[in-house]
Amino acid sequence: MKLKLTTLALGAAIAASPALAELTFPSLSYRTGPYAANGIPFADGYADYFTLLNERDGGIGGEKINMIECETGYNTEKGVECYESTKGEGSLVYQPLSTGITYQLIPKATADNIPVHSMGYGRTSAKNGEVFRYIFNYPANYWDGASVAIKYLLNENDGSLEGKKIALVYHNSAYGKEPIRTLEELSEKHGYELTTLPVDHPGQEQKSQWLQIRRDRPDYVIMWGWGVMNQVAIQEAVNIRFPMENFIGIWWSGSENDVLPAGEEADGYKALTFHNVGSDYPVFDDIQKYVVDAGLAAGAGDQIGTALYNRGLYAAMLAAEAAKTAQEMHDTAAITPEQMRDGMENLVITEEKMADLGLPNFGPEFEVTCENHGGNGYAAVAQWDASAGEWSLITDYMQSDLEVLQPLIEEDSMAFAEESGIEPGCN
Amino acid sequence: MPDQLLFAIEVTLNGLMAGVLYALVALGFVLIFKASGIFNYAQGVMALFAALTLVGIQDGQVPFSHLINAIFGTDVHHFGWHVPAVLAILLTAAVMVLFAWIVERYVLRHLVNQPGIILFMATIGLAYFMEGFGDLMWGADIKNLDVGLPQGINETIDETTYNWFGYGFFIDNLDIAATIVAVILVVSLTLFSQYSKQGRALRAVADDHQAALSVGISLRFIWVLVWSIAGFVALVAGIMWGSKSGVQFSLSLIALKALPVLMLGGFTSIPGAIVGGLIIGVGEKLFEFLIGPLVGGATENWFAYVLALLFLVFRPQGLFGEKIIERV
Repeated sequence: MKLKLTTLALGAAIAASPALAELTFPSLSYRTGPYAANGIPFADGYADYFTLLNERDGGIGGEKINMIECETGYNTEKGVECYESTKGEGSLVYQPLSTGITYQLIPKATADNIPVHSMGYGRTSAKNGEVFRYIFNYPANYWDGASVAIKYLLNENDGSLEGKKIALVYHNSAYGKEPIRTLEELSEKHGYELTTLPVDHPGQEQKSQWLQIRRDRPDYVIMWGWGVMNQVAIQEAVNIRFPMENFIGIWWSGSENDVLPAGEEADGYKALTFHNVGSDYPVFDDIQKYVVDAGLAAGAGDQIGTALYNRGLYAAMLAAEAAKTAQEMHDTAAITPEQMRDGMENLVITEEKMADLGLPNFGPEFEVTCENHGGNGYAAVAQWDASAGEWSLITDYMQSDLEVLQPLIEEDSMAFAEESGIEPGCN
Repeated sequence: MPDQLLFAIEVTLNGLMAGVLYALVALGFVLIFKASGIFNYAQGVMALFAALTLVGIQDGQVPFSHLINAIFGTDVHHFGWHVPAVLAILLTAAVMVLFAWIVERYVLRHLVNQPGIILFMATIGLAYFMEGFGDLMWGADIKNLDVGLPQGINETIDETTYNWFGYGFFIDNLDIAATIVAVILVVSLTLFSQYSKQGRALRAVADDHQAALSVGISLRFIWVLVWSIAGFVALVAGIMWGSKSGVQFSLSLIALKALPVLMLGGFTSIPGAIVGGLIIGVGEKLFEFLIGPLVGGATENWFAYVLALLFLVFRPQGLFGEKIIERV
């Protein structure tokens, strides 16, 4: 009996353990807690793309993908626990999916020689790869977002924002405060008046901020929100009849979750994005065939084509392309985290490559180098069509004002290098 | 009238309305604490669970559909019917009564005569259990809640004040509805506790458990009753807050708004919860309006808790709370 039990346990352990020589991609997801509604679609998109590569292509370069999902609940401590518990599995790259977790992982992952990809969040100055050797934030960061929002408003106003009033409604946290410096610098350059309106976590109550907006009547409102703050802000904007077409959110304020509670009244609301929207791309046909129809979809399989699902899919695609680059560079399929870092640092995304992947015009073209871990800073503006219940891009991808941003990145990253005793460089 | 004064009046009115919403959450805490001495950590999650259940029933959502589909390979999500709001609210209230019975039967009954801290810890466990259970039962997506409550600016107030002062006040119709509902709720609770047999029993238990038991009042029945009422109050709070932002899991965090209200008004007083809510609502909004711009804004949470701390120093039992005298 004892022997039988031992055999059974051994058999179960063998069956449960991953095959050898796999490419391990951890997914630090949050399917529970106050932000689960946003965490689920991203995690589904991330997982489904890797499942597609396994089922359709047999993995990457002949190596199967082993995706380990770890629940963080969008909690920094749990995120660090997830990192510590999975880093020994040969994890190639971490997508922390939280600015708080990213900040904690910057020194840890750097010391462990494991790359981190904080796509559109985290520490903006990590764009300087000479200082942040293992941290990447391509294709765009928060300062790019702030700059592109202003660029869009410049285009809307024949190139001048002189005398215009812009209000920033932001989550009162390190994340929410990210764009302030950029917007202040840009206000000096373009002559607009900036008002900043912080909202306390979690953002259920914003009456004071929107009463002030009603009194001050700014021409535009830019929002840096997250979770319930977004839904309440959009509802309050509707309540005070602020014109939706003059209300622009960062990409974390631009999901279906944010606009649906306000119903038809949210029509016209705009949000920045660094990838395209909808599911009208060949890759989604493959996902349907190899993932959904095969019963392998992550979660309930009901998030496909939503803004955050697409973001998760895009992140997985960039990770897979970096892994391919690393495999080619080092002439081995079973790459290490250090080799993955090299792949990320030499990643080139062209329209031709995107089309080959079944994602034509899905994201901007960009190139990563040792000096530039943040890509070329392109983002576009999407607008919500409430009657159709979908987002659509209303601009091409626009590049941020690097003339203003580059000195800020240099200043912040060098200050970090000095306090951390890092010698900047590419070798 | 000077513009700043008009703005201050508008802010004060909106603060009063916000205070009513805070009071709605605080009321649930007070009811349970008064009757059983338990600080119910799960009150915020009860509001979330009630709102989730309401939307689920209204939209004909199949409970545990994700679990059922994962186990049996089915694809069921909705029953295909839509339940009218009033009926859905009644059914949800029934679910909350069932919940109260389960809590009494499987949690509280086993903890009779335990210290307050043990009961408090039990409610922490209950909160985590319910949050996970609600997720499993109804899913984690954001749900639209529409029970027919009006939303948006009140045109009459806007136009009238514009004609009087040249500046139209913004008052949200939802806040007005919440105020009316809160008044009805408080009057009903007062009438119930003063004039009904069960209400008098509830007050007897609140005054002295042992004495109430000695005259034949069933402690278990009272606990089920009070948790049911707190569940109904949680449902009302869930409807009001859920109508603003959609029903989502951050709804459980509204409990954070109730704590300073309780410290101010006292843990054992229903009028205290209302007055405390109004003071916090008006105070934080006026402070943000007058002082906020000087210190960078976002002072509301800070102000509420600092005010509550000041009360703790000078009047620990709150405005209307009972002074606890312990003799050695």
